[in-house]
Amino acid sequence: MGIADITFYTLAVTLLGAGFLVTIARNPVHSVLWLILTFLSAAGLFVLLGAEFLAMLLIIVYVGAVAVLFLFVVMMLDVDFAALKGEMARHFPIASLVGIVLLMQMALLFGSWQEAEGALSLRQAPTPDLAEMHNTKALGMIIYDQYFLLFQTAGLILLVAMIGALVLTLRHRKDIKRQNVVAQMHRDPAKAMELKDVKPGQGLG
Amino acid sequence: MVGLEHYLTVAAALFVIGIFGIFLNRKNIIVILMSIELMLLSVNINLVAFSSFLNDLVGQVFTMFVLTVAAAEAAIGLAILVCFFRNRGTIDVEDVNVMKG
Repeated sequence: MGIADITFYTLAVTLLGAGFLVTIARNPVHSVLWLILTFLSAAGLFVLLGAEFLAMLLIIVYVGAVAVLFLFVVMMLDVDFAALKGEMARHFPIASLVGIVLLMQMALLFGSWQEAEGALSLRQAPTPDLAEMHNTKALGMIIYDQYFLLFQTAGLILLVAMIGALVLTLRHRKDIKRQNVVAQMHRDPAKAMELKDVKPGQGLG
Repeated sequence: MVGLEHYLTVAAALFVIGIFGIFLNRKNIIVILMSIELMLLSVNINLVAFSSFLNDLVGQVFTMFVLTVAAAEAAIGLAILVCFFRNRGTIDVEDVNVMKG
């Protein structure tokens, strides 16, 4: 067993173990931390498969953005998670049943699966030789060429998601004092202050 | 020697864990969203494994688009969750029938 095999088994076991702990952790903050470990192991598997760019993308986008977003929401919402977790034992049998049935179906499919005859001739973009071009450059060459429209659409999806998330969470609270910028900018210093000559022993009346 | 089948097995197991998580945490929508992320990750592992073993880069391109959509979905899902929590004071999914749709 070579070093690559040992790495694969270590990463795979970590991935599955962390993934399982995401679902059964009592504290959702722990769930998010296990989720981060899952993503890191998956990034390791991607490196083993030769998809370095996607591994970096997974770490930057998932660990750096999505997992932190989850963590932020979990910590921001004041939710009684203990009450939500109380139901977990009741759902355990049905969840295991569904999981086992699905696993058996996948095993059946896997047993009868075989690669199609002409699979290699159907390739759309054969991977260039590593000596000729590294993974990131090769991906860029076909994304900005063959898949440019899809790439732009992906950008549009992100834009729509960003605007949607902002619109959903934006709110104007009525019960707080707010700065009125226009009124403040049109304020005249001459009218803002008045000097009065107060005689000794007398008030302003 | 680790082959395509090993990666497919890992991906299938991760997908089943995701489904298991959804059924197990029926009330806690945050963990449900995390389970959906796990399932999307398993699909990505499948795509990258096939891409690597068939020497076809399109699988990796498609993985990138799946990542994009998954990130957008997580952002929108969490925004809806925050909105729902402000209105109801809970994230119990069984309360999500106020609209009687």
